[in-house]
Amino acid sequence: MSVTISFNNVIKKYNDKPVISGLSLDIKKGEFFTLLGPSGCGKTTLLRMVAGFNSIEGGEITFDDKVMNRITPQHRNIGMVFQNYAIFPNLSVKNNVAFGLKNRKIPKDEIERRVDHILDVVQISQFKNSMPENLSGGQQQRIALARAIVMEPNVLLMDEPLSNLDAKLRVDMREAIKLIQHEVGITTVYVTHDQEEAMAVSDRIAVMNSGVIQQVGTPREIYQRPANIFVSNFIGRTNIVERSLKKVDNRQVLIMDENYQIDLDDITQYAEEIIKVSIRPEEFTISDTSEGMAGVIQHNVFLGINVHYTVQLSNGENVEVTEESTLGEPLEPGTEVKLLVNKEKINLFHYESEKNILEGDSYAK
Amino acid sequence: MQNKTAGRKDIWSVITLGILLLYALVLVLPLFTLLKESIFKDGALSFEHFGEFFGKKYYYSTLFNSLKVTVAVTLASLVIATPLAYIMTTFKIKGKLYLQILILISSMAPPFIGAYAWILLMGRNGVVTNFLSDVFHITTPDIYGFSGILIVLTLQLIPLIYMFMMGAFKSIDNSLIEAAESMGYTGFKKVWKVIMPLMVPTILAGSLLVFMRALADFGTPMLIGEGFETLPVLIFNEFTSEMGGNAGFAAAISVIVVVIALTIFLLQKFITNKKSFSMSALHPIKEKKESGIKNILAHLFVYGYLALAILPQLYVVYTAFLKTSGRIFVKGYSLDSFKAAFTRSGDTIVHTFTLGLIALFFVILIAILIAYVTVRRRNAITNGLDIISMVPYIVPGSVLGVALLLGFNNKPFLLSGTATIIIIAFVIRRLPYTIRSSAAIIHQISPSIEEAAASLGASNLKTFFKITLPMMLPGVISGAILSWVTIISELSTSILLYTVNTKTMTIGIYTEVIRGNYGVAAALSTILIAITVISLLIFFKLTGRKEVSL
Ligand SMILES: Nc1ncnc2c1ncn2[C@@H]1O[C@H](COP(=O)(O)OP(=O)(O)OP(=O)(O)O)[C@@H](O)[C@H]1O
Ligand SMILES: [Mg+2]
Repeated sequence: MSVTISFNNVIKKYNDKPVISGLSLDIKKGEFFTLLGPSGCGKTTLLRMVAGFNSIEGGEITFDDKVMNRITPQHRNIGMVFQNYAIFPNLSVKNNVAFGLKNRKIPKDEIERRVDHILDVVQISQFKNSMPENLSGGQQQRIALARAIVMEPNVLLMDEPLSNLDAKLRVDMREAIKLIQHEVGITTVYVTHDQEEAMAVSDRIAVMNSGVIQQVGTPREIYQRPANIFVSNFIGRTNIVERSLKKVDNRQVLIMDENYQIDLDDITQYAEEIIKVSIRPEEFTISDTSEGMAGVIQHNVFLGINVHYTVQLSNGENVEVTEESTLGEPLEPGTEVKLLVNKEKINLFHYESEKNILEGDSYAK
Repeated sequence: MQNKTAGRKDIWSVITLGILLLYALVLVLPLFTLLKESIFKDGALSFEHFGEFFGKKYYYSTLFNSLKVTVAVTLASLVIATPLAYIMTTFKIKGKLYLQILILISSMAPPFIGAYAWILLMGRNGVVTNFLSDVFHITTPDIYGFSGILIVLTLQLIPLIYMFMMGAFKSIDNSLIEAAESMGYTGFKKVWKVIMPLMVPTILAGSLLVFMRALADFGTPMLIGEGFETLPVLIFNEFTSEMGGNAGFAAAISVIVVVIALTIFLLQKFITNKKSFSMSALHPIKEKKESGIKNILAHLFVYGYLALAILPQLYVVYTAFLKTSGRIFVKGYSLDSFKAAFTRSGDTIVHTFTLGLIALFFVILIAILIAYVTVRRRNAITNGLDIISMVPYIVPGSVLGVALLLGFNNKPFLLSGTATIIIIAFVIRRLPYTIRSSAAIIHQISPSIEEAAASLGASNLKTFFKITLPMMLPGVISGAILSWVTIISELSTSILLYTVNTKTMTIGIYTEVIRGNYGVAAALSTILIAITVISLLIFFKLTGRKEVSL
């Protein structure tokens, strides 16, 4: 039942103002695909184009090679879960879930059977006959999910379905959504601006900015090998520093400071130039020896598992460093330290284009 | 929400066009006929009618009369309604809940019953007049003419501004007041420098409403105005004159009235656009229990106003139970007036219900459809529909009556004298208000609810009837009750359009008052007031609200 979704040079304009100009993307059958990006980047716009609620000003969107541009939402066989749940307040839980099925002239007993089954799957059977206004946000969201998937849609679309829930429930619900999606195997397009949520649920993620896709990849790829500076900043925390590449005795080295240089044996094509280096806080280690970049602890924050340090380097730059917490007090502000860099994990970006110099996992090999 | 993909075959575009055509036929066409009649004489373009109007003092003085009444009523209503609303918001007043309801009921009672009541009390032969001259040998000032109109209309229209003001006072955050107090603004200075500036947009909007109503009112000046004629009265007299009504001349006066109304309307729009700001209060102003002279004055003001607004109408109800002999009231009580009312004017009650309910049905149906398309399918056409449907807001009832008669006097649209034309008039006049209230309800429904239904495969119409309409229903029903109350008290249009077969209670009361059958008039008024009060009580019960917005 599920389909592949293709975007071919898709264009969206609001009042002649382009919001998306020529976007191409393929979503695989049965995949849990997430659109991730900052507020206003066009995620909702794109999702609503898939649903048919937004017009398409150029290019085409296809489901399994069938062009959908002119098909109304009613005929796309989609399931949609809204940020505000959009539960029909005048219908009971059961009738909310059965709403679409009744429209399809399916025999009564089959409707009953399917509704019961799906209410079991989302675990709200006990509220079958309740009116929605008496239910909590999480329960309402389960109804919305049940109502969408009971139709066995080709595509399941969700726009920030968890953003109205509290933090704890959000985590529970995202597990539930992931599990249910896997169980029913529907191609799913999920929109969020919460990167942790995206990581937790997605098979693949598209990171968007200003209507342009920055990178498509698995959560691990996006985190470990961000395609450009924007992605590396947007996903997780990172320090971006400008450093130069030098050739020393036929070796490629990255000059971190006058006393600390890193050998980058795999990179040969870049001779001498300034690049941008992205080092995540956990990619630093505080050295036990005298090797490393010199710095002074500015302050520390104890966060349980980790200790978070702000370290001022000798050139005045501040970087963030996390260390696994150890027994005893963290290092006091003013302590002089040396920082080592995990060279396998860091990312290097071209100065001008801000694109990643490393390809895939190549460096780790 | 706009959906071009689906837009092509959208059932809503068909509905929009259908309603637009209907409006073109029953509103635009008559108004154009009116305009044409006013500027053509014997088939040639001529401004003779206007020349005649501005040439004779008898005619153009009505224009001044109307302006005088309208401005005076608007100012007087403001002057009384503002402290009333302020006191009701900030003071602890005994029995506030009931007072609120009474204020509203007093505003919904048919306007000309107020006029009739004041004649009964203060007229040439009124009880108060007679009492004062018999006991104290005082001649009371004449209630007929300008002063009577001013009193009756002001009392009638105060609640309109009052309701606007109450809403606005509620949206002022208490912290603004406290901030002002902390900077040394107290008492009158606080009210004048801090609160009133915040109320300016509300005052303007409320004043406009009162202005329009005062300008358009026909029943009050007709009953109590005597020699003091206003424009609507002149239109009526000229159009229905015994010596062969002069349609062209009546049309010309109508055009003048509409121009005045339109000017004021546009002026108000212009000012509010410049001055508007939005407020919402996290912590609305709380009422305080005052003591001493302040407290006594506040109570006196509120109760005094209410007594003036309600007692005259209650007196009408009282007289309905008096024994009559011929046309005059005599000692003792009886139900004879009611018997007479039922035998002589029973059919007016039936007509009021049949015509009113049929009109109500169409008002609700069309209002819901228009509200839906103007909120959910915004485009050039629905915007046009929005504007057209608001036109009756600035067209007084008498003008609409003349326009309909002129527009539907000939084949193929020969409607004059039918029930249809009265129903059309009721529907057109009530629609703007009902559309507004329905649109407000739709604004509260999230569009994603409808999108959810569409994503589940429901067609546009199915979504509307299964989801949107049921969600709108509670609001629609309460709006319908208010529409009903205003429809049954309509006089200015129906008095031009009625025949024996379509005579309603308001016209019945009016003709009985004119004939001097005060017993029957009082009985009919009592029945009409009773229906109004019962309808409003149902409204309050259903909505749990203590206010209405018209
Ligand atoms: N109906 C509309 N008319 C005009 N502009 C719009 C409309 N809807 C969205 N936009 C604009 O298009 C851009 C993308 O909006 P969109 O709602 O898709 O962002 P988003 O990524 O979903 O953001 P968020 O995370 O805040 O929901 C924004 O700049 C927005 O202002
Ligand atoms: Mg969004």
